[in-house]
Amino acid sequence: MELFCGLLVLAIPALLSRPLGRYMADVLDNGTVSGKVVGLIGGDITRQPQNWKEYAWSMMLVNILMFAIVTVILSFQQGLPLNPDGKTALEPSLIFNTVSSFVTNTNLQHYSGEVFMSCFTQLFGLMWLQFVSAATGIACLAALARGLSGKTMMGNFYHDLSTATFFILLPLSLLLACILMAGGVPMTFDGAAVVKTLEGATQTIARGPVAAMVAIKQLGTNGGGYFGPNSAHPFENPSAITNIAECMAIIIIPMASVWMFGFMTGRKKDAAIIFSVMMLLLVVKVFLAMNLEHAPSAAFAGLPVTSSPNIEGKELRFGPGTGAIWAAITTATSNGSVNCMHDSLNPLTGLIPLAGMWLNVIFGGVGVGLINMFIFIIVGVFICGMMVGRTPEYFAKKVETREMKLALLALLVHPLLILGGTALFAATPLGASTVLNSGSHGFSEILYEFTSAAANNGSGFEGLGDNTVPWNIATAIVMLLGRYVPIILPLAIAGSLAEKKTVPETSGTLRTDTILFGSVILGSVVFIGALLFLPLAVLGPVADHLSSAMH
Amino acid sequence: MTENATLPKTGIIGHLSASVRILAVSMFICCGAYSSLLLIAGKTLFPGTSSGSLLDVNGQAVGSALIAQKFSSPGYFRPRPSAVDYNGASAGGSNLSPASAALRKRAMETLAALGATPANPAPADLVAASGSGLDPDITIEAARFQVPRIARARKVQPEKIEAVLDAQSASKSIFSGSQRRVNVLRLNIALDQSCR
Repeated sequence: MELFCGLLVLAIPALLSRPLGRYMADVLDNGTVSGKVVGLIGGDITRQPQNWKEYAWSMMLVNILMFAIVTVILSFQQGLPLNPDGKTALEPSLIFNTVSSFVTNTNLQHYSGEVFMSCFTQLFGLMWLQFVSAATGIACLAALARGLSGKTMMGNFYHDLSTATFFILLPLSLLLACILMAGGVPMTFDGAAVVKTLEGATQTIARGPVAAMVAIKQLGTNGGGYFGPNSAHPFENPSAITNIAECMAIIIIPMASVWMFGFMTGRKKDAAIIFSVMMLLLVVKVFLAMNLEHAPSAAFAGLPVTSSPNIEGKELRFGPGTGAIWAAITTATSNGSVNCMHDSLNPLTGLIPLAGMWLNVIFGGVGVGLINMFIFIIVGVFICGMMVGRTPEYFAKKVETREMKLALLALLVHPLLILGGTALFAATPLGASTVLNSGSHGFSEILYEFTSAAANNGSGFEGLGDNTVPWNIATAIVMLLGRYVPIILPLAIAGSLAEKKTVPETSGTLRTDTILFGSVILGSVVFIGALLFLPLAVLGPVADHLSSAMH
Repeated sequence: MTENATLPKTGIIGHLSASVRILAVSMFICCGAYSSLLLIAGKTLFPGTSSGSLLDVNGQAVGSALIAQKFSSPGYFRPRPSAVDYNGASAGGSNLSPASAALRKRAMETLAALGATPANPAPADLVAASGSGLDPDITIEAARFQVPRIARARKVQPEKIEAVLDAQSASKSIFSGSQRRVNVLRLNIALDQSCR
């Protein structure tokens, strides 16, 4: 039964992703209707080809505007409409953190939605960013694909952003939101319902336009929910059916992004190899998580409780095993929505989400997951070149010193942010005084927070008291660096490759569309990931597991 | 870095005005139009659930079918433990590590309150807090465990309570596996109607 669930949520999106990827490539590159609509909205500028620098420049400009607009909305929500419960302004560092979090497609939430945010803020601030930040990721992947196909003009950011928003994300969100409403998710602008319970007490039940936001937060690898407990909340996820639909929605666009890359570059076999490597890692992750989470909670050992897998922090209606499946998928992609509390996962299970975010390439965020993988591919190509003593080539272009420097820089930003941040906060009261659980589990809470911020994931070990000024500022900076550096550097590499002359493929060329090369990518991902992060895994979840086993 | 290529051809004003136009339209369509469309669809197609699945008793809303509420009197079935004391306006889980001493301590208190003994162990879902603190369901075993207490408090035969329970419990589905669940609020409403 659990197995059936696991297979279902992996197989159906995998099957649907190829046609979706073809559609995405088509609408971005040759959409005539969409091109006209976008031209109407943005003007002639949307038809001007841009080189990588212009593309990145426009991307940053639009993202800075997004940041500014939502900062204003969050700062003045008490004076804006659609505020039935009279929510007031937020603390400045929390505003900085929240805006950074949603602009970067992270959706780390140091606030609880139903407590702090008005309907207007949730929809016109946060949900809006969920659309346009996801579209930014898709646009940048499109540019990378065009650059790697040898074009120095990588398309037009305004065109790609609008197309991804209106013709990819919007229709899919409408469809999913309708499915969710049919499954019982509320959609209302009424404020909280105040009821008199059967025992005569008063209960205030927060409500809102939940279906609208949940749909895009699942599809756009955003993950920021309407309510604090995210998709564990019955209003965000009322049944086993909505749970499966939401779980599949997490992975479908990240999967389709790989095929989109294949169709745009005309190298479908390369895409199939990359897809297979990612799929293999994801399957391993899902089944490991299911297996580890099947163990009972250690705290209940010897107490008069019937034996059961660990269900602390889990909801019954999704069925057994589904918390682990979701935890594996949401951290393979950079979604970060949760349907169970990750802090209450068994210690070793907690390692699975962490590993997913450390690698950050198992499908990853919409668009950006494959951009991250591109770095590992370049490194793989380079290692292969070193082994046979030939100048490495990728997509018929020579990979040389300049590209490798940029690739290594992009590769090292992620671990640097995680390791540096964790070290600083674990060693000082900045982080040490904010943990809920003691010992190595507390260390895992700090480690998870920085990992999630750097990977632009947004899930958390929520026991951490992270709404403090140092946490808000530190994770905001990590999210911003963890977003824009790994987007801009690969674009620079693609731009640099596109300017080179094409080298003819010969029998001596390393082919990148073979199973052999697939295992090279797999090797570089696993070994580089393991070398960078194994010590942390031992200090956190492994030590936690061993010390709990000794009690 | 060469300086000349970073400056766009159109000039900053052209870029700004295009960006602002695109962002404004996206906000209008993705937030305004999208939400309004869903709001109308919800109101017409799913009037009950789109406003929060509220349940009425004698025309009065007593709670939501999806949101657990606190039951403390012995004559009612109790939902799963809640880290937020069933606060429907600020949901959340315990976030305790399943290996922690704090969780063990809480579990021991819960078990003592439930009257669980090694001969009569409590089902795990009555001891483990839910992720939202608002899980509306318990397993059928967790409901059966509470039947003797409820029968005593209501001074009726346990069989009568069992009959209400059977009528309310959801059937097994392909997704829930062998686990059968029952909605606590619906169950208690049915209980009030048949065992006054």
